Amino acid sequence: MDYLSSKSPLIQIEGLSKRFDKRGLHIDALADINISIYSGEFVAILGPSGCGKSTLLNVIAGFDTPNSGLALFRGNPVSSPSPKRAVVFQEPALFPWLTVIDNIIFGPRMQGKSSVEYMPRAERIIQQVGLEKFAKHYPSELSGGMLQRVGIARVLVMDPEVLLMDEPFGALDAQTRTVMQELLLDVWERDHQTIVFITHDIEEALLLADTVHVMTARPGQIKRTIKVSLPRPRSAELTTTPIFNALKLEILRLIREEAMQAAKDAVI
Amino acid sequence: MSLLLPLILLGLWQQLATAGWLPIGIIPEPLMVMRSWHKWIFGDPALSLSPYSGTWVDNVLFSSKRVFQGFAIAVVIAVPTGVLIGWSRLFARIVDPTIQLFRPIPITAWVPFAVAIFGIYDANALFLISLGAFYPIVVNATQGAKDTNPLILRAASMMGASRLAILLHVVFPSALPSVFTGLRLGMGVAWTAVIVAEMVSVKSGLGYVLWDAYYVNRMDICVATMVSIGALGFLSDRMIVRLSDFMFRWRK
Repeated sequence: MDYLSSKSPLIQIEGLSKRFDKRGLHIDALADINISIYSGEFVAILGPSGCGKSTLLNVIAGFDTPNSGLALFRGNPVSSPSPKRAVVFQEPALFPWLTVIDNIIFGPRMQGKSSVEYMPRAERIIQQVGLEKFAKHYPSELSGGMLQRVGIARVLVMDPEVLLMDEPFGALDAQTRTVMQELLLDVWERDHQTIVFITHDIEEALLLADTVHVMTARPGQIKRTIKVSLPRPRSAELTTTPIFNALKLEILRLIREEAMQAAKDAVI
Repeated sequence: MSLLLPLILLGLWQQLATAGWLPIGIIPEPLMVMRSWHKWIFGDPALSLSPYSGTWVDNVLFSSKRVFQGFAIAVVIAVPTGVLIGWSRLFARIVDPTIQLFRPIPITAWVPFAVAIFGIYDANALFLISLGAFYPIVVNATQGAKDTNPLILRAASMMGASRLAILLHVVFPSALPSVFTGLRLGMGVAWTAVIVAEMVSVKSGLGYVLWDAYYVNRMDICVATMVSIGALGFLSDRMIVRLSDFMFRWRK
């Protein structure tokens, strides 16, 4: 195992379990999750709704604490949220009273950085996500896709070590989603930002990620890890190729098997 | 369109008075109210010693100044208190029960105490006004802070904001629209309080004129005073609405 020590993972999840107690009812959200995520890797976590994949992201982000097991970031247990582990939420979660540009520079401002330092970077990123004309607009004046661009820009400006994305395009219409996926691929191509991307959409996971962890229904476990060695740079056209469809079929079978198992368990 | 109904009512009132169907000593006719009001505002050399000649502006200023000062005191105390109650469970546990204990006591019930402690001076009126305005502002500020979207709180802490920074840059602005609802309600109570204080104890202002005119059977002045108070209340409410429209232009 010596060859592994030369490159230690950025994020390591070890035997992680999470239980919620709701009105005396125990709900096991996650059971014995083990994952290693390396720097520069684009990881997708794919699973049905309610499988605890958002909980897993919340633990890595530092919003939730596990009941057992460890979430390690650069070898240290995650204890609280940090700009190094930036989150893009499913809802944009912007500050409605701040303009687009003020939303984007919120992070650097809170970290006490000087505007000389962050403004050039903010201006470059706002251009990269195509919002330079809307810098002075308020979130209430933007569409869903544009809001999510702001959500991405405001974390990119902080230069995080990992981008944690919780179904960020789940609420968008199909066309906008495709545009946003290509935008994200474009962002990733530039500096190979480490990304952990939560989704229930098989195509989305395969199109974006290098590694797809397929999760089971609750309690969430990693059923299988699939390496996606499709060539980069990728675009939405990739989703129509035979090799892509073969991978998709493989995952579909896995998920069907899982659903059948869940149904069987429910009967017993 | 909105002025139609008041004008019809006013015309009807005048007609009834002209026809002699109203007890004139109790319900004055509108035209007489207008004449007396005109004198009250602009003065009349022949009646220069009358308390209802040329004293309107002074009395309006007395009452408005008290409302403004008392309201300002209420805002300065109630907004931070309310936001802190909504934000910190510990602070809420320490402070909120006391506020809720005192809140059901109407400000009118405080009048004897206010007179006993502050005498018949401005401080008495300021006490009643600020206490009365305090409650609606503090309650709405609390609710506004409590209703802060938990997701944007997470977002702020993820972006490196300290607990204090979150209070100032997230919870406070997020509570502001609700705070302004409290300001509007509080302003209404402030006008009620100033009239009560001036009627009962403080010897100047519109409330004092109202009660004094009643004692000398000048119901025309009473009506003019009531309309003046209404107009001032309306005006101060519009000012708050204007300010909030400007501040919350991000809402659409």
